[in-house]
Amino acid sequence: MAEVSEQTILAGLGEIVEEIVGVPAADVTPEKNFIDDLDIDSLSMVEIAVAAQDKFEVEIPDDELKNLRTVQDVIDYVQGLAAKA
Amino acid sequence: MNIQLAQGAPGARILAFGHYQPENIVTNDDLAARGVDTNDEWIRSRVGIAERRIALDNESMVDLAVSAGDKALAASGLTAGDIDLVIVATCTAESQVPNASATVAFRLGIKAPGAYDVNAACAGFAYALSAASDAIRAGSAKNVLVIGSEKFSPWIDWTDRTTCIIFADGAGAAVVTGSDVPAIGPVVWGSDGENADKIMVQDRNSFLHQDGQAVFRWATTALHPVALEACRRAGIDPSELAAFVPHQANLRIIRGIAKKLNAPNAVIAEDIVNAGNTSAASIPLALSRMIERGDVPSGGMALIIGFGAGLTYAAQVIQIP
Repeated sequence: MAEVSEQTILAGLGEIVEEIVGVPAADVTPEKNFIDDLDIDSLSMVEIAVAAQDKFEVEIPDDELKNLRTVQDVIDYVQGLAAKA
Repeated sequence: MNIQLAQGAPGARILAFGHYQPENIVTNDDLAARGVDTNDEWIRSRVGIAERRIALDNESMVDLAVSAGDKALAASGLTAGDIDLVIVATCTAESQVPNASATVAFRLGIKAPGAYDVNAACAGFAYALSAASDAIRAGSAKNVLVIGSEKFSPWIDWTDRTTCIIFADGAGAAVVTGSDVPAIGPVVWGSDGENADKIMVQDRNSFLHQDGQAVFRWATTALHPVALEACRRAGIDPSELAAFVPHQANLRIIRGIAKKLNAPNAVIAEDIVNAGNTSAASIPLALSRMIERGDVPSGGMALIIGFGAGLTYAAQVIQIP
């Protein structure tokens, strides 16, 4: 997979979060913590990870979810995998 | 010299359902009051359960099975003497030896039927129903009593909030007979033993353990194709379904699969709200209660899909009696 810009991932993630938990995409900003700031629980995180896998064509295993605390964490994770691919 | 084969019925159908739940209701507030680190809002939002039934010490898994089987038999119009096969689906047998089904049959006054237990965990009823249908079509049995019964409470660590808020006790049963017009569709089933450790009781001294996130991911991504395939093989479009009765695992899983199934005319079973997750019992329990309330039309098509530990899964379309 080619380079993905931070903006592309952020916009895609915003759409996913809005679709799955109803939080407005505009509220999904890099510094936000999924649990504390966006009130997203562990099962919704699984749904978000599955949707993000499809959208960004990367693997996000359950073991990795606990490390993805903030929106920025997801951006870094996706960009990191995309760089390796 | 050739072996002769028995002559079976062209198809099989369900004559009636029956169910039984223990009287003892345990609410979410009751669990919190017992010191479990949880609360009503947390449980409702995670799994969609408001209350569940928990059997008392003097009520066994076999007792639950007998009560549900008795009701299904009474509703079917058949008598104990008509039943020639009893299958009990359970993964919470008190004892490995003997099986539950022979005892259940004896207590129901069913004389010397074929009797065996099925363990496919939460998929057990769908497996057992398929076995019943096949036995009737092969000529091995004429009338089959299929029971899903679970007493999960002794296998639960009542301080573990990842399991004790979910699992519950109950039983559901169906009487299956031969039919010129098929009313039980082809089963679509499978398993994934690589993930056996995701839901397990390690040994006889252990409690049930579940990796909730992994199971949730599997259930919300791998099962809707199975459900769609069961419709396709039965020749029923999802839009023709009057009911969708998935295993009552978690309300979010139920709604997730239902959304992907896209069955706009189907009543979606959400029995979990008041019954909890009763494993192999949940499908017949839910459907029996829906029929009793008049929520689903007699003669309508229902898609059932069981899924759980193993991992195992099975789905088929059935006609509602």
